[in-house]
Amino acid sequence: MEHILAQATKVAEEAEVFQVSSEETQVRFEANRLKQLQTKQQTSVALRIIKQGKTGYATTTSMDNGRELVNNALETAEFGKVAGFQLPGLTEYPSVDIFDDAVNSVSTREMVGLGEEMIAAVIGHTPEIVCEAVVHRGVINISIINSRGGQADYRKSFFSLDIEGSLIEETDMLFVGDSESSCHPIKDPKTVTNLVLQQLDLAKNRATAPSKQLPVVFTPNGVASAMIMPLMSAFNGKTVLEGASPIGNRQGQLVFDKKLHLHDDATISYRPGSRPCDDEGIASRRTALIEGGIVANFFYDLQTAALAGKESTGNGSRSRGSLPSPAPSAFTIAPGDTTFDDMIKDIKEGLVVDFLMGASQGNILGGDFSGNVLLGYKVENGEIVGRVKDTMVSGNIYQVLKDITAIGSEARWVGSSLQIPHIYCPGISVASKG
Amino acid sequence: MTEIDAIARELARELKKHDADYLEARLEESQSSHITYRGKELDAIGRSTAAGGNVRALVRGGWGFTSFNSFDELSGRIAQAIEQAKSAGSGESSLAPVEPAVDEVPAGIDRNPVTIPLAEKKKLLDEYNDVIWSTPQIQTSNIGYSDSRKKVIFLNSSGSHITQERADVALRLAAIASKDGEVQQVGLSLGSRGDFSAIQGLHEKIGEMSRHAVEMLSAPQAKGGEYTVVLDPILAGVFVHEAFGHLSESDFIYENERLKDIMTLGKQFGGKHLNIVDSAAVPGLRGSYKYDDEGVPAAKTYLIREGELVGRLHSRETAARMKEKPTGNARAINYGYPPIVRMTNTYIEPGETSFEEMIADIKEGIYAKNWYGGTTSMEMFTFSAGEAYMIRNGKIAEALRPVVLTGNVFNTLKNIDAIGNDLDMNEGGGCGKGEQMPLPVSNGSPHIRIQKCLVGGS
Repeated sequence: MEHILAQATKVAEEAEVFQVSSEETQVRFEANRLKQLQTKQQTSVALRIIKQGKTGYATTTSMDNGRELVNNALETAEFGKVAGFQLPGLTEYPSVDIFDDAVNSVSTREMVGLGEEMIAAVIGHTPEIVCEAVVHRGVINISIINSRGGQADYRKSFFSLDIEGSLIEETDMLFVGDSESSCHPIKDPKTVTNLVLQQLDLAKNRATAPSKQLPVVFTPNGVASAMIMPLMSAFNGKTVLEGASPIGNRQGQLVFDKKLHLHDDATISYRPGSRPCDDEGIASRRTALIEGGIVANFFYDLQTAALAGKESTGNGSRSRGSLPSPAPSAFTIAPGDTTFDDMIKDIKEGLVVDFLMGASQGNILGGDFSGNVLLGYKVENGEIVGRVKDTMVSGNIYQVLKDITAIGSEARWVGSSLQIPHIYCPGISVASKG
Repeated sequence: MTEIDAIARELARELKKHDADYLEARLEESQSSHITYRGKELDAIGRSTAAGGNVRALVRGGWGFTSFNSFDELSGRIAQAIEQAKSAGSGESSLAPVEPAVDEVPAGIDRNPVTIPLAEKKKLLDEYNDVIWSTPQIQTSNIGYSDSRKKVIFLNSSGSHITQERADVALRLAAIASKDGEVQQVGLSLGSRGDFSAIQGLHEKIGEMSRHAVEMLSAPQAKGGEYTVVLDPILAGVFVHEAFGHLSESDFIYENERLKDIMTLGKQFGGKHLNIVDSAAVPGLRGSYKYDDEGVPAAKTYLIREGELVGRLHSRETAARMKEKPTGNARAINYGYPPIVRMTNTYIEPGETSFEEMIADIKEGIYAKNWYGGTTSMEMFTFSAGEAYMIRNGKIAEALRPVVLTGNVFNTLKNIDAIGNDLDMNEGGGCGKGEQMPLPVSNGSPHIRIQKCLVGGS
């Protein structure tokens, strides 16, 4: 890395080298059986330079291509964006626990065992189901050095379990599934499989939904599938800077229900979304986005923050080898005080939405969500009576999250970087074939 | 770019030495460039190069797959893939027979899009961005351009040695209009198999797109419910890809007895007028190629002929397990992933109805155009139109906010009651399956009419 930085600083005022290398192993099950073992070794090197005030950028997969990398970055710098920021100097980072050596010592045999256990639990409950499962582990090393003396170097371990099942009768298909992830090895697959068994129990009977406004409880998966994309877009400093965020000029104002608190947090121990610093070497932190319904902050990387006259919130992220841009590390919605059972008891006629398919295809910027209820249940007189199908749920987060009946008392991790409780909304538009 | 040729020769010798039911390797080198705009300004510009490879082994029905950037110790990688396959396998290996091929397939383009000077690419995108911004009430714009050229060498233990080159160009634009806290956007996606001129000269189209975004600010939302819906070729192409195409991918079917029952060949899925095809063998489209990533030659596969299910898409393994012919549909987005069954260029063949005839007898319906995206759960699909209009008394009437359409695939295919005469292929798509996206594909269709389609709304 140092030799690339040295070459780059000969031809540009500032330079930064970012390297990610990872080793991972996956055990994959298909149709209830072990199908494939997979390993992946991957390295990528990205060079960002500032020449005559403009940003140049190039990536490659090998350290040996230093000269080509520098030349490519130089060519792009001619057209690059004016760099309004300064790369960080040597910084002290918070200590964030994200590496557990035990992940490396989980053998392939143990991983196969975990997959077999997950599948056995699900087919033990419903013998006709066909499952796919993945057990995944790996270690990522990240290094950053820049021409201002900035330097970061850390490694992160991750481990995840994933299971999906499909149950087909005639042309009726039911899809269930869940996942769990951590920086620790996951030894007990029951957390995941119990959720799947619960889905199967609730979906056993069929029910029909009417086409009208109904109270709806979104499960953590349901919230993630319906509302997270519009929220991520609205709080992204870049969207705000461009004037495309509906809440961009409402900082400090009450926009959402008072019960709603949303944070971005890169410092939670042993979570795969956590890290000591972002991909530009800015120290990680916990940033309040919504506090008691009030728009508190937006999230920024260096360049966007500079243009907006703000400070980076440590959200510079480099997805798929691109230049840094603002992205959440982990979104956490604070739990409320109502249990899921109490929410259900409160509903005379309504729905539980566990997964909304295709919800983020619409006008995300405007806050709209609309999708097919791939997994959801009808509630009648305080009880879940069965699964609904052929049903669409539509809404807009600025209306739906303004008036929330209750927030669930337990927040669950969905995927690796969302921590979400149940959200109970009084009136959502439902369209159904019945 | 000769390094991987030498490595391939060495690897071809190594593959023969090992003990597995089947072994293959892919080596790849690629160059790409990208330019993105957010708002008036260029946001990012960059160039990338990458090289890597993988080895895949099959032992007793189990697969081992190892991918890497580092070309050191290749024989160790082969041994690792075989070890993995041994741990995964407990049954019998089964692959449809394919003649080994030794071939070199050039990219088939006059001008490598990656080496076109960045200045020329930027000038064109600047012009497009100016068109968007010159439209009143436009709040902002998004533009994403990317191109790539890659060379892939495929080797296997039966003696295949295939070098294929390909290039790709993709452009996405979005105009975002806003007024009184209301935000609406309209987008356009285009692409080509490496031909840069396919994205030139779009100024007028982009102007139209921008004006439509503004128009939508004052458009009403559709009332949710069932409608007679007419889809334009772009959206109908997304429909055929999402709603039916994914069901034809045999890796979903071959080990799932119940799904096999649903997808029994000979079953009637639609009217006599319905013909659905997947073909990588059509030259020059984004989903076109000569060999897939298992070295199987591309084919034109009828999925539905005269309404009847007659075929499906295969890898060598799914073809063998289902005792059908391989179709050359095993594809991987890059060397980091094993090939899986994917679509290529998927389309509904044209019929005889004109657009005017199609809408003539619709009293109240919806004309849905263009797309944001779509997903499927096999039985249920949802896809969203970028533009929508009411149809009233046989005429296109007022514009609507974007609509989301959803339904059951089997019922919806049966409910297609008119197929237009105006087939058009859309080259802007990128398909996702598992972790592998976006894979270059194209989708197409003429205008189609669907009875009783569920539309989400207020």
